[in-house]
Amino acid sequence: MSRPEDNLPPDLYYNDTESRKYTTSSRVQSIQATMTNRALELLDLTTSSFILDIGCGSGLSGEILSEAEPPHTWIGVDISPSMLAVALDREVDGDLLLGDMGQGLPFRAGSFDAAISISAIQWLCNEDEKGVDPKTRLSRFFDSLYACLKRDGKAVCQFYPRDDKQRDMICSAAIKAGFGAGLLEDDPETKNKKLYLVLTVGGEGNKDITGVVQGMDGVDVFDNRKKLMEKAKKDAKKGTKAWIMKKKEQERKKGKIVKADSKYTGRKRGIKF
Amino acid sequence: MKLLTANFLSCAVKACKSSPLSFPLHFKDAELASKSVPYNPVLLSNLLPRLDWPALVTSSKELGFALPDSKPDVARISTPSAASSPSDGDDTAMSMGATDEDEKTLRMLHKVLMETEVVEGKMVCGSCGFEYGIHQTVANFLLPSHLGTLSYHDRLRDTGLRYFAEDSRTCEFKI
Ligand SMILES: C[S@@+](CC[C@H](N)C(=O)[O-])C[C@H]1O[C@@H](n2cnc3c(N)ncnc32)[C@H](O)[C@@H]1O
Ligand SMILES: [Zn+2]
Repeated sequence: MSRPEDNLPPDLYYNDTESRKYTTSSRVQSIQATMTNRALELLDLTTSSFILDIGCGSGLSGEILSEAEPPHTWIGVDISPSMLAVALDREVDGDLLLGDMGQGLPFRAGSFDAAISISAIQWLCNEDEKGVDPKTRLSRFFDSLYACLKRDGKAVCQFYPRDDKQRDMICSAAIKAGFGAGLLEDDPETKNKKLYLVLTVGGEGNKDITGVVQGMDGVDVFDNRKKLMEKAKKDAKKGTKAWIMKKKEQERKKGKIVKADSKYTGRKRGIKF
Repeated sequence: MKLLTANFLSCAVKACKSSPLSFPLHFKDAELASKSVPYNPVLLSNLLPRLDWPALVTSSKELGFALPDSKPDVARISTPSAASSPSDGDDTAMSMGATDEDEKTLRMLHKVLMETEVVEGKMVCGSCGFEYGIHQTVANFLLPSHLGTLSYHDRLRDTGLRYFAEDSRTCEFKI
């Protein structure tokens, strides 16, 4: 099956005709509602919150936020004028902005309690019209998302990666931005399988992402603290003094004779002709 | 563009990120309307600490109405539990334990932040001077690189939709 993401930029794919077709389809309405409700469940908000809906489209996801118990207030950002026009037409409660998440989100630090994105962020795996590459767009997006969430904030992004490579590219961009990240899969191994990226901003009591998704079926935990520790280990890089000292120590333990350490150990030598 | 949203938006241009002049964006040629949305005192009391009050005062002035100089003090209210919530569906903050005074303040905030909208106009960055257009309540935050290839205004006009065209009017707030 061909994916819309593989053929056209989002604002051209979601033109007037497609936006209306999308929004009026009862099949689409019910799938988007189910996924938004799942995202809300994962956000686990106990009080009326201020939420950003990224790639809000015509407001099918946002409406669920308005109608939730307790009801939430949301702001929607989307790149397709046609989708936003349909949202206006349907008189959604959220305030709407035309914007490209790949350019970064234009909000001040600590604005939102939470963010959701339903079926949108896989679009970031394409270059934009200016030829800006996906990695740059993904990091602009996640960096700005991290900044505009409150210190104990959370985000849930349901997305449709083309393959595992895209999935991993998206997840690692989120982790790089500083998020604690968990990946949840509903209905795995079926054609209805749904992926949710659960992101937390490290605040008090929110440090452990594993707590958010643990015990749920099919959960894979990406923990950036683990990553950071691995990175620190790797930092004893080949060729550095720390690395050489470690190596020497290992060799010594094996009973080998190694050169005595000196202040010259690990220094670059002058180029020899 | 609601005043609520304007209180959290800053200029999207990278060079402006570190400039204090890039927030708040300044309204220009604004046409106002009011749109009724459900009153949610719990949300408002949750938001209040996060509001940049001086910025809200500035925005309000630009739109032609005045707010108190300093941020009002409202006790944080929380969602009533199912058991204690009034059965008649009374959603006033008072029923959730807020004082008379707080209730008045929250109603005022609701009107200003949630129900006042800029339908047409611009938001201008005080640092780089970039103008973000607002059309049919939607602010265009696509950066210039993008505007070269897309004409948002033309395309939104093509949809033939008209919003608030009839009930647009200048709002007057007396607080
Ligand atoms: C499948 S629709 C989902 C809309 C809505 N969240 C829902 O659940 O119905 C995907 C949306 O993502 C938007 N989108 C794609 N790329 C985007 C970008 N770079 N910035 C903002 N929105 C984008 C599209 O315009 C489209 O409205
Ligand atoms: Zn600027």
